[in-house]
Amino acid sequence: MKHEGVTVMAGADFRVVSKRLPKVDGRSIVLGEARYTKDFAGEDALFAKIVRSPHAHARLKKIDRTEALAVPGVELVLTHEDVPRIPFTTAGQNYPEPSPYDTFMLDSKVRFVGDRVAVVVARDRLTAERAARLVRVEYEILPAVYDPEAAMREGAPVIHDEPDATGIHEASRNIAASIYAEVGDVDAELGKADFVFEHTYFSQYEQQVPMEPHVTYAYLDESGRLVIITATQVPFHVRRIVARVNDVPISRVRVIKPRIGGAFGVKQEVILEDLCGHIALRTGKPVLMELSREEEFYGTRPRHPMKLTCRTGVMKDGTITANEMRVIANTGSYGSHGLTVPSNTGSKSLPLYRARAMRYVAEAVYTNLPVAGAFRGYGAPQGYFAMECHMDEVAREMGMDPLEFKRRNLVRAGDVDPIAVKLGEGKEGFEREIRTCGIEECIRLAGGAVGGKEPPGAGSGAGPFTRTRRGVGFALCMHGTGIPGDDMAGATVKVNEDGSFNLLIGATDLGTGSDTILGQMAAEVLGVSLDDVVVYSSDTDFTPFDVGAYASSTTYVSGTAVVRAAEKVREKLRLVAADLAGVAAESLVFEGGKFRTPDGRSLDIRDVALKSFYGESKQQISETASFLNLDCPPPFGACFAEVEVDLDTGMVRVTDIASAVDVGRAINPDLVEGQIVGSVAMGIGYALTEEMLFSAEGRMLNASLLDYKIASSLDLPDIKAFIVETVEPSGPFGVKSVGEVGMDPIAPAIANAVFNATGVRLRELPMTPERVLAALREAGL
Amino acid sequence: MKEIEITLKVNGEDFRVEVDPRTSLLRLLRERLGLTGTRQGCGRGDCGSCTVLVDDRPVLSCIMFAFQADGKSVTTIEGVAKGDRLSRLQELFVERGAIQCGYCTPAMILVGESLLRRNPSPTREEIRRAISGVLCRCTGYEKIVDAIEEASTEEGRR
Repeated sequence: MKHEGVTVMAGADFRVVSKRLPKVDGRSIVLGEARYTKDFAGEDALFAKIVRSPHAHARLKKIDRTEALAVPGVELVLTHEDVPRIPFTTAGQNYPEPSPYDTFMLDSKVRFVGDRVAVVVARDRLTAERAARLVRVEYEILPAVYDPEAAMREGAPVIHDEPDATGIHEASRNIAASIYAEVGDVDAELGKADFVFEHTYFSQYEQQVPMEPHVTYAYLDESGRLVIITATQVPFHVRRIVARVNDVPISRVRVIKPRIGGAFGVKQEVILEDLCGHIALRTGKPVLMELSREEEFYGTRPRHPMKLTCRTGVMKDGTITANEMRVIANTGSYGSHGLTVPSNTGSKSLPLYRARAMRYVAEAVYTNLPVAGAFRGYGAPQGYFAMECHMDEVAREMGMDPLEFKRRNLVRAGDVDPIAVKLGEGKEGFEREIRTCGIEECIRLAGGAVGGKEPPGAGSGAGPFTRTRRGVGFALCMHGTGIPGDDMAGATVKVNEDGSFNLLIGATDLGTGSDTILGQMAAEVLGVSLDDVVVYSSDTDFTPFDVGAYASSTTYVSGTAVVRAAEKVREKLRLVAADLAGVAAESLVFEGGKFRTPDGRSLDIRDVALKSFYGESKQQISETASFLNLDCPPPFGACFAEVEVDLDTGMVRVTDIASAVDVGRAINPDLVEGQIVGSVAMGIGYALTEEMLFSAEGRMLNASLLDYKIASSLDLPDIKAFIVETVEPSGPFGVKSVGEVGMDPIAPAIANAVFNATGVRLRELPMTPERVLAALREAGL
Repeated sequence: MKEIEITLKVNGEDFRVEVDPRTSLLRLLRERLGLTGTRQGCGRGDCGSCTVLVDDRPVLSCIMFAFQADGKSVTTIEGVAKGDRLSRLQELFVERGAIQCGYCTPAMILVGESLLRRNPSPTREEIRRAISGVLCRCTGYEKIVDAIEEASTEEGRR
């Protein structure tokens, strides 16, 4: 990576934050010593294998487990007859979750190919897998529906006809959730506009593909408490949900997240913990559950496919008067995140452009396909694919330069997000003022780094046997930082005798580096080095509550809690120092890890720490603080992409790409760049290759990493990442967020580049050679 | 099934073990020898997370039978550092932010070490080709390529 591209707009004199420090878990990872969930399971662990439905929609008439139980080494086979029937949602959200309670640990009905039918528990994986094939199930096959619009029509099969589900918007029409939000009078503003433009876009099922598939290990400790070690983004939500569905008190459950092998939203879900915990409680024995890669594809929670229609009123001078987005989201067979993902599609993408009136209408619809859920961007990448292609189309149809058109209407610092209050997560939202906005700098940096070498539409100069066209496109975006009113994080800082500190945080490091950057923040406040902060996270017995890692919240929300706790500890140490120096506490100046007296003496924080334990007034200084987030400052981004389109094969290759993100302050620029570049790589897959395909009977056809194509090192050009720093006044050290925003503009930038190259508009993701070729042929190219 | 006795070297140490002929090298390493630094990501040779070196060449340990390693020398991530001292490539992975979740990191480092032994000054394209069998979902590969390139530049200067 070419670091000369990284621009820091606002500097400040920090010792630990804003520094490219190595990750605190880096050494253990390169040594192979870092422990992931599976590494905790001993030889005595039972293995539990889920028996999955071969049918998209069916009732279980009879289950015969005799043969399975006869296999030597099989401990038990559980079906819906054996487990508590408590409706819940697998979505790891605040209680009470805004997702419908339409899921059961095991049910008498299956709703997609791959749904849970039963679970076989055996002494090892091979035995469990063999026995799982011997569970004989008699199904009453029901008609199935795979298209969300068909599912809403009269006479469509009703997927959730169970009487005990709650929170479903309209079960009889398969509508899991419905959203309507309007500011101003959209119809009147559209009527007054000189032009009205409307375009419709389609997005696909995309899988997160963490390199570590879901894995959970559960056992009972010496006192009979349930301990769950699990690859999760939300240990505290897992504890609460597992306790509830197993009808045990929260106090009897401990959840630990060790190192985890990637998450991207798919681990913000209870995929295995409910059942794994149940088996451990039932048998008293340690149990391991681990999904195969194939199960990881259809048995988890991919990105919601959507149909998105944008309608915009524009005056002759290019001013937008009204902006509307209508969405039909396919939530699959259960409604996990069914309300909140589509709500985020609108709330993240609509405010990017000023308009006197805005409207967002969405329906999340059940189908007999895999369950959709949280995936990096949380609905926003779909929204931005539509919005940023639509705006490109609008500009071109008006004969304007797309960048000039967008700039004329872009949100600016000082604006108040007009739709934030109307479009909260299933309830009234919070007012959101845009205090910092670095989008112009993002445009300048990313735009200056890509293309411009050849005119659009030019060939690449390839030989006589290839016909290619080259083009450049771009897209802009804004995202959010946490969920206002919901996100709460706690942090504890404890003093040790040598002036080191334990930092205990509920926050969940997914590989993103949050353990490191939260440690950096604590070290900065306490005036010590990162090595002096011992970070321990994500253990419900030993760390304070944190909602977990989602909604791009950790740096901002958990970071604020860390800074507050560290400040409280520093002030306690100041009192000790004042006592030792015999001066008033207010007279001490804290700088560089030292308290300085007015007469020039200096007390090192290490000595003060030691004296706090062994001086005259002995005490353990340890402080906990928590932070409730009521805001959602937006990071901004711009992506510019250059593509080469092969006119004979329809193959699109990204030849150059740059992404710039206004993140607030970058606590650790290496890790921030990692998020930006990783988002580009994932976004290129979303744009060009990644799509879960299904047979006419709803069976996934490409559930392997050979058939479902994520980018390898050969599929990507060198990716240029730019950090733009603004200083967000509400964030600790001025941070906003970076985890998801980088995902938003990639697919539309590439689609706009394809148009720039060929004059052909692709409105459906992914832009596979088949789709591109068909569009090129239709255009006569 | 009848077990087969094999001898192999793992990280320089000699082992004589009896294995079920159906056992993969990955399971032998993880479950019998306790070398859990090698990760399984798919179990069918698609993702590369389980890559180890056999006679200095990268192989997918999830689809190699343990008995096929009979008489061979296996290097896992646990065998890369000299005691407490990280290899230069390990250091660079840590220092240059080439790690996110770390699940593919052992495989990436082993592939990088093997490449640098065969080709001390690879181009970025050659580095990309060498690591193309190991999938990473976090990093976009940039900083991994950077780390291997930097190690090679230093190697070249020596």
